[in-house]
Amino acid sequence: MPSETSFKRTAIKEQYKKFIGRKIIFILSSLILIFIFAGISATLGSYPITVTEVYSIIFHGLFQNPETTKEIVIWDLRLPRILMAVIAGIGLAIAGAMTQGILRNPLASPYTLGISSGAGFGAAIAILLGKGIVGGEYLIIGNAFIFSLIPTFIIVGLTRFRRATPETMILAGIAMMYIFSAATTILMYFSESEAMKHAYFWMVGDLGRASWNAILLVSIALAGCFFPLMWKSWDVNVMGAGDETAKSLGVNVERSRIFIMVVSSLLTASIIAFAGTIGFVCLVAPHMCRMVIGGDSRFLVPASGLFGGAFLLGCDTIARTIIAPVILPVGIITSCLGGPLFLYLIIRRGRKEYW
Amino acid sequence: MKLKVRDLEFSYASVPVLKSVCLELAQSEMLGIVGPNGTGKSTLIRCINRILAPQKGSILLDERETKEMRRMELAKKLGYIPQSGHHSFPAAVFDVVLMGRRPHLSWRSSEKDEEKVLDMLQMMNIEHLAMRDINELSGGQQQKVFIARALAQEPEVLLLDEPTSNLDIRHQLEVMDIIKTIVKEKGISAIMAIHDLNLAARYTDRIIMMNSGRIFAAGTPVSILTPDNIKCVYGVEAEVNNSNGIPFIVPIRPVRINGNGKSYE
Repeated sequence: MPSETSFKRTAIKEQYKKFIGRKIIFILSSLILIFIFAGISATLGSYPITVTEVYSIIFHGLFQNPETTKEIVIWDLRLPRILMAVIAGIGLAIAGAMTQGILRNPLASPYTLGISSGAGFGAAIAILLGKGIVGGEYLIIGNAFIFSLIPTFIIVGLTRFRRATPETMILAGIAMMYIFSAATTILMYFSESEAMKHAYFWMVGDLGRASWNAILLVSIALAGCFFPLMWKSWDVNVMGAGDETAKSLGVNVERSRIFIMVVSSLLTASIIAFAGTIGFVCLVAPHMCRMVIGGDSRFLVPASGLFGGAFLLGCDTIARTIIAPVILPVGIITSCLGGPLFLYLIIRRGRKEYW
Repeated sequence: MKLKVRDLEFSYASVPVLKSVCLELAQSEMLGIVGPNGTGKSTLIRCINRILAPQKGSILLDERETKEMRRMELAKKLGYIPQSGHHSFPAAVFDVVLMGRRPHLSWRSSEKDEEKVLDMLQMMNIEHLAMRDINELSGGQQQKVFIARALAQEPEVLLLDEPTSNLDIRHQLEVMDIIKTIVKEKGISAIMAIHDLNLAARYTDRIIMMNSGRIFAAGTPVSILTPDNIKCVYGVEAEVNNSNGIPFIVPIRPVRINGNGKSYE
């Protein structure tokens, strides 16, 4: 009966629209959450400023240079930090979501591929030995950036000899992680305790170094990486069905996998070069979003990004205020807060598999 | 001829798996590939679909070399149905079938693609599963989803890798019926690696019997599925009965085989 069939079809279409609609609502909610957190975060700190004042200062600051103390506090201290938290959170979470997708592994993140240990080693050379590829202000940043990409390029090199399967890539990444960690430990072993402390805290991850210049550079990296990753999100979905099926659906699996890995690594590297290796966001934000909206990368990428941004901003706000005037490195809070939250979600989730 | 395979050779590392395999597939023909485990059936299917790259030989689709075609282009012509497939991430059946539209769409799926998905769900009679997670479905339901996905590609040739091996007898028949109907009604051709000789006998137009990487015999089910061939290739003594012109194989006992393919007691 045609009428019954067309009724069924309309029903499925309606359901599918709702299914997509839910994902879009989640994405928009995360975006709104960022603005709410940003508003709250800007008012908090040793210098009290009300919400309305914050917004009017931000608004005025767009047209003239900050002059009063309040304006300077907002524009030079709080706003850069807030923006950096949001951008870093977005970038790390997106890179994490895509890396988990191409490697089909819930434990994967750019850090699994050795990026964080590479960056840590680079920074340790700069801090402990004072040597670097670029000098001056960008000594640590330059080193961290370059060294963080070494593992990535070694993995790309390896895939010339071995096929770029997820297993090969993860194993190579983990090997690299051990090598660079050991190298960093050797450096630390022979250095002064002050310098060692500095190097150690660099690795925990801290947004205190945020400057407008840094924000500009990281934003460029984010914009440059976001679009290629979104463009490839279909391929990641198809790869979820296995390499063979993905190939039969026209995806050049090995090449896409390498491409996405390199772009995700570049994005992660440019963030951690400025902010240190902030843990947990790239691993956990994508999982939390998957629990809510499912695994479709076309929606997961923006959702993880915005949720990651909100999450990191929330964590940094806590890091700044929880034992004020001491400001904790945000990396401590992301792990302290994210860990239990994640465990809670896993338990509450019960039987239903989301991965 | 829709598809021609000439002198195909493939080896994993240095172990040869396929040796000078030749075959031809006509429009709207259903070709079964049978043979013992590890004889290269799946490898052949994967080579045709360029999931694996053969070292030698040529594969012509409508007289065009497939290795000169872009992967996306090939995906518009060849649909692949895996034996079973676990999805790494949860995916709604609707989205899984939509993946079949991947070769045709750039990034956004259009109204037309969604209509196509609905058509396929309806054809497979799995509309009620549209919003379910693929990994929660039974083997039979999953297989139908994979067929729907392959058909959403609008292929000219379907490649099936033991599509019935994880299914109960009802689903085996259902799936084979569906494939047979599609082949006849849509003029699609199909190549199917299949273990079950009786299903092969009943549903395929022609059978290729493979033995250790080579084609042992090819022809109609009646001419291929003989007690002699089965003994030679599988090392199994079998009785072949005829029911309405379709051979029906009753395996009796394994026999030991020497190098010449001759059995001895």
